Amino acid sequence: MGYEFDFGALAQYWGLFLQGTAVTLGLTAVSSFFGIAFGIWGAAVSRGKSPWGRRIVASYVELIRNTPFIVQMFFIFFGLPSLGLRLSALQAAALAMTINLTAYAIEILRAGIEAVPAGQGEAGRSLGLRALPLFALIVLPQALANVYPALVAQITITMLESAVVSQIAVVDLTHVADFIQSRNFRSFETYFVITIIYLVLAVLMRRMLVLAGGRLFRGRSP
Amino acid sequence: MRVSRTRRLTVAAGLAIAITIAGTGFAQADELDDINKAGVIKVGIFEDFPPFSSAGTDLKSQGYDIDVINALAKGLGVTAELTGITGQNRIPSLTEHKLNLLVSVGVSDERRKVVAFTAPYAPYSIDVMGPKALEVKGPADLAGKSVAVNRGTLEDTSVTEAAPPTTDIQRFNDYNGVISAFLSGQVQLMVVGNDVGAAVLSKQPAIEPESKFQLLNSPSAMAINKGEDRLLAKLDELLAGMKKDGTLDAISRKWLFIPLPKEL
Repeated sequence: MGYEFDFGALAQYWGLFLQGTAVTLGLTAVSSFFGIAFGIWGAAVSRGKSPWGRRIVASYVELIRNTPFIVQMFFIFFGLPSLGLRLSALQAAALAMTINLTAYAIEILRAGIEAVPAGQGEAGRSLGLRALPLFALIVLPQALANVYPALVAQITITMLESAVVSQIAVVDLTHVADFIQSRNFRSFETYFVITIIYLVLAVLMRRMLVLAGGRLFRGRSP
Repeated sequence: MRVSRTRRLTVAAGLAIAITIAGTGFAQADELDDINKAGVIKVGIFEDFPPFSSAGTDLKSQGYDIDVINALAKGLGVTAELTGITGQNRIPSLTEHKLNLLVSVGVSDERRKVVAFTAPYAPYSIDVMGPKALEVKGPADLAGKSVAVNRGTLEDTSVTEAAPPTTDIQRFNDYNGVISAFLSGQVQLMVVGNDVGAAVLSKQPAIEPESKFQLLNSPSAMAINKGEDRLLAKLDELLAGMKKDGTLDAISRKWLFIPLPKEL
């Protein structure tokens, strides 16, 4: 056999793998939190009364969903300094991921809001609720319950796509693997190990989010 | 015992033939005469190694190496025949006499066992480059500074070894990433070979990048077949002339945007 597998060669790098995993998870957590928060706001605006608000949100969604994530990130990291806005690699990565996830979350949540029966809103209004409490207390929880699986899938995609941030020298899981294999030339072992780590992270994250969703939306989901 | 007449004749004839063969063999082995006779020197060049040698917009090869080769050919009174080679096949192509000369060869003891080297003719270095305004004199000054480097290259391993632990070494996937990060100000310094450095200098960026110090300095030489002492002497003589009369300095300024280093 021409190649001898040696996973032991990776043992000395366990700290780096751990650091990379932490960065990948941290970026995913930050971008998911803000992405969904802005997504809710954007979805509400896109269903709102202001025609300008609707147009702006629609343009934003079109712009982000029809351009590659890596280009968006390069624009923020390499392009914005020309305009005087200099973000660190980590900040640029978090911002790019948030901007990207926000666009997808808006579309997902808009569908969720549209799926809430019109009678729910009418019932709320007849109880005398104003627009904001009506949205926050009646429409949003049902909308979130409607599309929760799609949101979980999008968060998982964001986590896996975050591998791209290694291109601007963010030391995430992929960057760690690239670094290690450039030092010990053990490409198979290194990429095999991070494939497994990504797989485990994705499966665990999905499980936990589904579990949390079951508690959050108990009795609400159709 | 008497040696017969015929036998003596045979021996003499044999000797004569042997001497003739050895003589022609010797004449054939002298590449300088071959080159002069053919009027052509066959040179192996990299096809995509800017700024030393790469295809121009007219698809003709251009660069530092090409200018040096043409000047050498002129000095020899022959024309240069350029052949594209790769790093893997170039030394066999030379030793099998498909080529007379290789350019852009890094001098090493292992290679010295197979080929003969001329005097160095082109600077090759790994430089720490930074904006003119930033004061950096040596590895110790890298402490606390951010440095871009192409991951896994000789530059990466050199700077990783030389830099103090507080240096923020940012590793990118390719030279575009390194250059973009440096020119956009995302990092303060970059570590690149002088070939990549020349590509940056050619754009004359506003921050006026310059080489702060070198992590490695290993000028390139030309290689010819071993035992060709006349060719070697002639090439060295021509190169020395080009250094003296400023030809090489002009080529260096034209392609590398730096004067020819004094040690060359």
